[in-house]
Amino acid sequence: MNSSESDILPNIETNSRKDKAIPALETHDLTVAYHKKPALWGVDLEIPQGSMVGVVGPNGAGKSTLIKTIMGLIPAQAGWVKVFGQSYKKAIRRVGYVPQRETVDWDFPVSVMDVALMGRYGKIGWLRRPGKKDRQVALECLEKVHMAPYRDRQISNLSGGQQQRVFLARALAQESDLYLMDEPFAGVDASTEAAIIELLREMKNQGKTLIVVHHDLTTAKDYFDRLILINMRLVASGPTEEVFNVETLQKTYGGRLTILSDVANAVQKAEKLDRPESGNSAGADVSESSPRL
Amino acid sequence: MNASDHGSFRSPWKSGSVLKSLLTLLAIWLSMTTLQADQIGDMVQANWKEQAWRFLSLRDPAVRAALIGSATLGALCGALGSFIVVRRWALLGDTLSHAALPGVALGFLWSMKKDPMTIFIGATIAGIAGAALASLIRRTTKLKEDSALGMTLASFFALGIVLISMTQHLPNADKSGLEQFLFGQAAAMNDDDIRLILVAAVVVLSGLILFYKELLLTSFDPGFAKSTGAPVQIAQYGLTLALAFSIVVSLQAVGVALVSALLITPASAAYLLTDRMKRMVWMSALFGALAGVAGAFSSFLQTKAPTGPFIVIGATMIFALAFVLGPKHGWAPRRWRRWSQSQKIRSENLLKAIYQTLELDNGHVSDSGAPITQIRARKRIPEKKLRKELRSLQSSGLITQVGTGESLEIFFTPKGKRHAMEIVRNHRLWELYLTNSANFPADHVHDDAEKIEHLLGEDMVRRLEKLLNHATQDPHGRPIPSLDDLEQSRSDSDFESPQSTAGYRHN
Repeated sequence: MNSSESDILPNIETNSRKDKAIPALETHDLTVAYHKKPALWGVDLEIPQGSMVGVVGPNGAGKSTLIKTIMGLIPAQAGWVKVFGQSYKKAIRRVGYVPQRETVDWDFPVSVMDVALMGRYGKIGWLRRPGKKDRQVALECLEKVHMAPYRDRQISNLSGGQQQRVFLARALAQESDLYLMDEPFAGVDASTEAAIIELLREMKNQGKTLIVVHHDLTTAKDYFDRLILINMRLVASGPTEEVFNVETLQKTYGGRLTILSDVANAVQKAEKLDRPESGNSAGADVSESSPRL
Repeated sequence: MNASDHGSFRSPWKSGSVLKSLLTLLAIWLSMTTLQADQIGDMVQANWKEQAWRFLSLRDPAVRAALIGSATLGALCGALGSFIVVRRWALLGDTLSHAALPGVALGFLWSMKKDPMTIFIGATIAGIAGAALASLIRRTTKLKEDSALGMTLASFFALGIVLISMTQHLPNADKSGLEQFLFGQAAAMNDDDIRLILVAAVVVLSGLILFYKELLLTSFDPGFAKSTGAPVQIAQYGLTLALAFSIVVSLQAVGVALVSALLITPASAAYLLTDRMKRMVWMSALFGALAGVAGAFSSFLQTKAPTGPFIVIGATMIFALAFVLGPKHGWAPRRWRRWSQSQKIRSENLLKAIYQTLELDNGHVSDSGAPITQIRARKRIPEKKLRKELRSLQSSGLITQVGTGESLEIFFTPKGKRHAMEIVRNHRLWELYLTNSANFPADHVHDDAEKIEHLLGEDMVRRLEKLLNHATQDPHGRPIPSLDDLEQSRSDSDFESPQSTAGYRHN
């Protein structure tokens, strides 16, 4: 056992060291528009592996939009995304996602276990059913969030915090390296929040990278070792102690950015005046030039 | 522990394997090329008893054909309908079916006869064109989905009616039976119709089984599904296509006007009865098949009447049963639960009144009888009701009644005494908790305790006692029946197993 381990160990180490140098997430000039109204402008990010990152900003700043665009749920108007140095599609199995709780119909006829198992579907592949191992992993993930006793419950018979934990268990079951979480603390009581943050720290200690949309500035400083401050554009991104200061917060939450939203409205109006053909062809050009699309 | 031992690890594909055997059966039927069905409509008109017998004996190949056809498309639409219901696509199904009508007419014009294949192709194309048009309107204007669908539905349907009435004036066409596509005529299904239904059922049901995982994920959480690379768009298109196929093959038997009900109603009934997707699909298929058989039967009895309405009425009756009797969400069980709960509260309150009548100043309960006059003074309910409730307490073995009329006296049985003690104790404990721990004034707590006392489980009572340091007096200064009293009466009554009281006091 020992000898064979030491034989392969150096090899692994060099590999992982090389791997570690690659950022978990890199975006360049990421620009998004809803109905031709710009929502995010030219976001450049570089998130090193193993960090726990909070995404903060006022309402409508584009926090959810940012992580949805990273995963390709919203098409980017321009810019590119790299996950572990690869395109999102190539690295898709290394990414886990916790959507906002309101995005699904909780009356849907599935049990807690069914939802946790959905985290395994990506690994299972086409035409195959979840096997014994998948069920075991799903159950372990439910245990980690203390939801195993509820595994046979239909999901509407759960409190908000419990529903959130089911979503977390599903993401855990994905066994990913990078996690994107959209407001995992929304509508969750204090003790659940503490339990979740402990779990997230544990994940971070295992070398996972977590990017968490967070709305509570008072806790953001304690929870995360890095912060992304956005308000329609990137205000700051970096280690918490460097970027969490009065100046950046004022830039993020202060009224100075209203000019940006005014411009966004103007852009939308201008696009409306444009002929549809010209608008479309411009969009096509952008998407061809961006490697991610 | 071995994971497979656990109850929750039931294979989710068990019902899938049942569906698979169903598919095998279908394949066998499909290979039965001996389905030489005559048009039932051509049959000699007999009285309904003979017709019913012919139907039930299944000797007539025409009967078998209609039966197989209706049951299969019922199961097909039922199974597929489960996904339509959970995805909230009901209106899309309605639009697709109505939009298929001009396609029926055009398919007929193409071959100038009622050829199932050209009609199938024409209807499918028209149906999907309708859905695509609605989607185009929704995406390019600010109109919402319901308006876009409703508009498309009506306009295509109108066009279809116009086209069909035009075909009626064509000189040399075999135009019989085209109007049957409006409301359906199962008896008019011929061999080709049946074969088409079976093919569509095999294709769609195997699609549902093979891609169940993907369909479930993309239906439940499309955002998450897309983030994992699941084919959200393809699932949507695939389901739309399956929907179009199922609707089009059902047109002959059910008709464009009502086919969407066959998709929604059995699935809605199943949705009320279960909260697991797989069971819902399976139940819905069964309900659909039942409705189909019912429709075929009635179509056979009454060849002049359209089938669609009968099938839909059958499905609706199943839904009504689920709505009224469904164990979890059904109306009747809910009423029953509420009634039995209030019944329990009434009898417990009466027990409490008897207890209070017999309660002595030192907290003990007198063993003598409680006069009815005193109980009446406490309870203030109509005499008849009071007597009735007393009778019901007696028949439950909680009290015995001695004497008649005004001299009636009520004695506790040991079991009744213990039960009354528990209620009084729950009431006083809760009052004490509210005043001591939740800081309610003493005069605010009685009404609340009146409700809570009936709901406290033994577990919660234990926690309350611990919290209150096993207090002996309620906020009004009355004694809380002690555990010794309770255990004393418990051993008297020997009502429950002793271990339920073990360690009751000291943990």
